[in-house]
Amino acid sequence: MMPGIADSAEQIGEILRAHDGLEGPLIPVLHAVQAAFGYIPGDALPLIAQHLNVSRAEVHGVISFYHDFREEPAGRHILKLCRAEACQAMGADRVAAHARDALGIGWHQTTPDGSVTLEPVFCLGLCACAPAALVDGRVLGRVDEARLDALIAEVRP
Amino acid sequence: MRIYVPRDSAAKALGAEEVVAAVRAEALRRGLEVTVVRNGSRGMVWLEPLLEVDSEAGRIAFGPVGPGDVAGLFDAGFGSHAKALGPTEDLPWMKAQTRLTFARCGVIDPLSLDDFQAHGGLAGLRRALGMTPDAIVAEVTDSGLRGRGGAGFPTGIKWKTVAGATADRKYIVCNADEGDSGTFADRMIMEGDPFTLIEGMVIAGLGVGADKGFIYSRSEYPDANAVLAEAIRLARAFGLLGASVLGLGPAFDIELRIGAGAYVCGEETALLNSLEGKRGVVRAKPPLPALEGFMGKPTVVNNVISLATVPVILERGASFYRDFGLGRSRGTIPLQIAGNVRRGGLFETAFGMSLGAIVDDLAGGTATGRPVKAVQVGGPLGAYFPRALFDTPFGYEEYAQKGGLIGHAGIVVFDDSADMLAQARFAMEFCAIESCGKCTPCRIGAVRGVETVDRIARGDAAAIPLLTDLCETMKAGSLCALGGFTPYPVMSALTHFPDDFHRSAKEAAE
Repeated sequence: MMPGIADSAEQIGEILRAHDGLEGPLIPVLHAVQAAFGYIPGDALPLIAQHLNVSRAEVHGVISFYHDFREEPAGRHILKLCRAEACQAMGADRVAAHARDALGIGWHQTTPDGSVTLEPVFCLGLCACAPAALVDGRVLGRVDEARLDALIAEVRP
Repeated sequence: MRIYVPRDSAAKALGAEEVVAAVRAEALRRGLEVTVVRNGSRGMVWLEPLLEVDSEAGRIAFGPVGPGDVAGLFDAGFGSHAKALGPTEDLPWMKAQTRLTFARCGVIDPLSLDDFQAHGGLAGLRRALGMTPDAIVAEVTDSGLRGRGGAGFPTGIKWKTVAGATADRKYIVCNADEGDSGTFADRMIMEGDPFTLIEGMVIAGLGVGADKGFIYSRSEYPDANAVLAEAIRLARAFGLLGASVLGLGPAFDIELRIGAGAYVCGEETALLNSLEGKRGVVRAKPPLPALEGFMGKPTVVNNVISLATVPVILERGASFYRDFGLGRSRGTIPLQIAGNVRRGGLFETAFGMSLGAIVDDLAGGTATGRPVKAVQVGGPLGAYFPRALFDTPFGYEEYAQKGGLIGHAGIVVFDDSADMLAQARFAMEFCAIESCGKCTPCRIGAVRGVETVDRIARGDAAAIPLLTDLCETMKAGSLCALGGFTPYPVMSALTHFPDDFHRSAKEAAE
């Protein structure tokens, strides 16, 4: 069952209080909210703004500036493929095209069954074992089409 | 028996966790007492996962090891085996290096303060604790250390500015937002020897009179962040961080912050805004962050490698460090060799090695076996060098003279299948995606740049001078290096690989 609005307000309040005393707490707060909910719910904005004494517009501005923060829930698994130069030199564009075809979605989209969200990422620091990917926080190197197919099969049984 | 399997993310990305599981299972099956140490990486990524065992002759390496090799390694008593490489220190890649910043990386357990100290850790800090702040800053200045993040500004001068400022609070900010493609030195030190970074930050705090430090890392580095968070916790428990540094010095503490996927936050003023909880928008300079940085207070902003190099400078003295290098590039540089290479990884050496020696000798050419076409040095804002520039020695001024930059010393190799027009287009596209939006040449210029490259691709040769002109505007008019340096990859692609731009014109005409 989804938590009710009152429950989420309670949870967001706890997150905000846990960050009291930090210098410049907004980014850590947003990370914590996203870790708890999987995204930043719209209801969280006024609560965060009020607690940190900034405007809702400022909170929205920060959320929309950073690639990491999402305002909609993602799929059950998040597949990030590196698109930067070192990975390009090892065929990342080809692998990415294969991923989009295999999943039938584009960048930043989620498969209709809700299993996988596909995200581009610019450098995972795995440039000597390119192309690189990050699946739910797990690093993968030398990702070719076959490895990608195996991975997709693993997360989409 | 001790078995070392790196916890470095490159090793994990190539199956280190599966190897560890296989080692534990095999040891259990054979009833053997085995301690698995999760060290950092030695930097030989093509040999990862690199498994090592202790022996009378030192550490013996095996690699690349897959889980299927493990039973065989036990059968062979970790002696003669197809994956045996011999003593790690005797491998050509290791022997040819001058490991100062990375001396402990791959050797020690990154989360053992005992191991850290047994290998020289804290010696630099202990010496600094007996020195005046001025003497600490002078030592760093005399070492010739320059910012390893890319700008190459002398670290000691930056510290002196902060030390000389009067304020109720000062800060040390470690820029760990290593977003440049082809670079992973920061990640490797954070995963492989995090206490070195902490020690360097504490010394910086002593030198300039700061009691608070931030490490601004990246969300793209989950493994590094986990190691850092644990290292900070252990450093506090040990008394390296806290109310009195080692019980001998003033207070210093460190807080780990994680960015949120914005490349521009690697620029120091955008990073400071992000730390303050704002959009990562670049600030105009002056005021310098050294005088008005985090929360308007005097702030040292240094790259991970700059800070992680400070302990060895304090331990062994400025002149020891300064004696390595070439011209105005003093000391050592951790080269990160990546992309389409046979042997990729991290190689720390004195400044001055030629690009050709790096690409042909160290890296052994391309992984695909095809000829090298272009080498991008210094990340997405670095120039593409053709083979004709392979005699360029590795140094700040030496690269600037050839229309390039060394940046954070990432070296990305491309074979002859690379389309340099597509690479130029990507540079503009990346700038458009990552622009913070504050200044017009970057925000609008990058978008127009993509369109102009597309015109060239459609055969419109008249768009080539337009692209050159646009690059001049971006270079001269942008507020920071994102807009200002995007012309490097674009113009170097156009200058050194004109066929890729004119060929498109011909193809379109046919």
